[in-house]
Amino acid sequence: MRAFLGKRALASLISLLGLIILVFFLSRLTGDPTSLYLPLDASLEARENFREINGLNDPLLVQFGRYMADLAVLDFGDSIRRSEPALDVVLRAFVWTLQLAAITMTLVTVAAIVIGSLAAFHVGGLFDRIATFFSLIGASAPDFWIAIVAIVTISLNVAFIPTSGTGTVWHWILPVGVLFIRPFGLILQVVRSSMITTLGAAYVKTARAKGVKNKSVIFVHALRNALLPVITVIGDQAAALLNGAVVVETIFGFPGVGKLMIDSILQRDFTVVLAAIFVTAIAIFVMNLIIDILYAVLDPRIRY
Amino acid sequence: MTDHLLEVRNLSVDFDTVRGPVHAVRDVSWHLDRGECLAILGESGSGKSVSASAIMNLIDCPPGRIVSGEILFEGRDLLRASNEERRRLNGKRIAMIFQDPLSHLNPVYTVGAQIAEIMTAHGTAKAQARARTLELMNRVGIPEADDKIDAYPHQFSGGQRQRLMIAMALAMKPDILIADEPTTALDVTVQAQILALLEELQAETGMGLLLITHDLGVVAEIADRVVVMNGGRIVETGDAEQVYHNPTHPYTQKLIGAVPGTGEMATPLTATKPLLEVRNFGKDFGGFAALDQASFELFAGETVAIVGESGSGKSTLAKCLLRLIEPTTGEALYDGRDLVTMGDRDLYRMRRDIQMVFQDPTQSLNPRMTVGQIIGEAFAIHPDILAKDKRPARIRELLERVGLEADHIHRHPHQFSGGQRQRIAIARALALEPKILVCDEAVSALDVSIQAQVIALLEEIQNDLGLSYLFIAHDLPLVRDFAHRVIVMKDGRIVEQGPVRQIFDAPHEEYTRNLLASSLHPDPKVQAERRAARQEVTA
Repeated sequence: MRAFLGKRALASLISLLGLIILVFFLSRLTGDPTSLYLPLDASLEARENFREINGLNDPLLVQFGRYMADLAVLDFGDSIRRSEPALDVVLRAFVWTLQLAAITMTLVTVAAIVIGSLAAFHVGGLFDRIATFFSLIGASAPDFWIAIVAIVTISLNVAFIPTSGTGTVWHWILPVGVLFIRPFGLILQVVRSSMITTLGAAYVKTARAKGVKNKSVIFVHALRNALLPVITVIGDQAAALLNGAVVVETIFGFPGVGKLMIDSILQRDFTVVLAAIFVTAIAIFVMNLIIDILYAVLDPRIRY
Repeated sequence: MTDHLLEVRNLSVDFDTVRGPVHAVRDVSWHLDRGECLAILGESGSGKSVSASAIMNLIDCPPGRIVSGEILFEGRDLLRASNEERRRLNGKRIAMIFQDPLSHLNPVYTVGAQIAEIMTAHGTAKAQARARTLELMNRVGIPEADDKIDAYPHQFSGGQRQRLMIAMALAMKPDILIADEPTTALDVTVQAQILALLEELQAETGMGLLLITHDLGVVAEIADRVVVMNGGRIVETGDAEQVYHNPTHPYTQKLIGAVPGTGEMATPLTATKPLLEVRNFGKDFGGFAALDQASFELFAGETVAIVGESGSGKSTLAKCLLRLIEPTTGEALYDGRDLVTMGDRDLYRMRRDIQMVFQDPTQSLNPRMTVGQIIGEAFAIHPDILAKDKRPARIRELLERVGLEADHIHRHPHQFSGGQRQRIAIARALALEPKILVCDEAVSALDVSIQAQVIALLEEIQNDLGLSYLFIAHDLPLVRDFAHRVIVMKDGRIVEQGPVRQIFDAPHEEYTRNLLASSLHPDPKVQAERRAARQEVTA
């Protein structure tokens, strides 16, 4: 297990490094921040001064070397826009995103597993057909469209549900609701098909011959065996949310890491972009690790 | 009113398929009393398991449909009882064990939890269930039950898993135990142990035992009465001994006639120069010797059988010979040249001479290819065998050679029965005009009557073409009738080899003797004598 963790960490570190290099140079292609931050009529001297302060005057490779040296001691530099450490800015936004992802994925997981399992128990039955119908719609509807429709139809008509921002419990309803739909549809499909397989397995027949109640047959015997492919997809979907639900966060003005990333790219705030990518990459690495550990917990035949 | 413990009356069950209803069982009636063992004997597709599934409420409806009939348990019709009432009977009054214990045990829960569950599902307190689980595991002969109670199914051997299934089934002291092919997936020695355990437990508890099997040997060993089924109908019922000695129905006669192990044994060939000479073959899998110092010879036109229990290295030997896996040590001289050190070009030539027929024709034939493509592929790989325009005619000829029809060339594997598929596999192997055919459990998956037909085909081909067979099998009676010489393997080593007569009539090794003694004879009288002899030894 320890060897497995070490190998995993090393592999992730290497890909993280590659990612940082890529993003560092690519983000420079968006242009010089100077022309964005100083007024159009700013003097050459002022521009030169701005570049000097933010270290933009050195050759790109020198800038890169300096960045990597700082990174080695976990110094991500300061945000140009906010004049505070980039990492602080990112972590503040990340906490929001983490909450959003956690709430959404918990709801999705519980709902998809319960409804998917019950649908699989009577394949072709009325419940199964309704569940399959809605899950297909959910899995294929684009979230930006749902988000806008939700604002138009719900928050404009229901007084206590705000269109954007944060502050009260009600602010969470729309972002969570919109983010819920796609992963729910997708995971429900996976749960259903995986459960159909395990419900047909020989050990389920044994359980029925033992006189085990239907509830246990489904949720004890079949479900745990069906969960392996399910948690793979859950991990995948959760990773997408951790990355910041860029579109949904932007539409609802939600101060998460996705909105921060897109804003920082537009603002040529390179240090923040890089820090955001670093933090989300670590989060995704940790989550994949949790998924791997979950495999071993769920199935005693899997050992690392 | 009935006095029987369990009685099935005029049961008919249909399964709805896209091609219309299939009558799985038609008008089936039988009964089971306390303390007796009734065997339902039949080949695959005979419907022998359907009535048991109906008793346990395991038939999925749809596609299944119980058309008519009654299942009376202590005089009450189960088919009219509610699902909840039947759930309460399942496991408590009527319990069941199955063919393949590995897939019938849930892989993600400990065996202790699974055994205890049958008790808690019927209202026993948890602590009490665990104590009784330990007791049961000891009773069915699981060593170190205290430790093993928290182990998972994959950590046990096949025989132990079946013991655990039995422990589970007997936990609530049921009145009836249904055993569906309980020993089919097990080695002969383990089979003997499991059957002995079942007999013992039956005597102890006085339960009624319903045994579903295709194996006349198992019937001979354990059954009092037998019901013979074919095509969903009962063709014959009676006392096990009487049915074996005086079968009245032609199907039963055919079935008993097809059982191997009673024919004339072959005399060894007199050839002097071996076609294949294997010396000191060995294969290591990470320090585990799967094959160790195996040496033997194979002559032209000869059948050499390799027998042994699972894990004895039979298949490893065959795979090393074909270089499907590389042997760690040793040499195999074919036609004076070593197969092991051969380069790619020679290996390609050699593959043509040594062909293989696998156990499961469903898996070894590509389902998306037609029979013509499957057999024709051999020519595509070795194009010098036959000119392109002559191939279709040759494929038709081969199909007729193995007892199929030339028109079958355009069909797909799923359109054939298991026996026919194995014939296709043989035709494919023959296409390359090999000198040696390696048959790895080639008839194990087939019904007895089909088995006999395929063996007859192999014998015929050998006589016509002078082929040599390396025949890997676990079925000793089959080997007895078919092989010239026999190699007995255990734990990767050859423990004994010799002419078939010597091995079967005068085995040198204790292991071989034990293997032969565990093999079941289809005659209930013979089995009764053997059983008596065994009991004398233990007493």
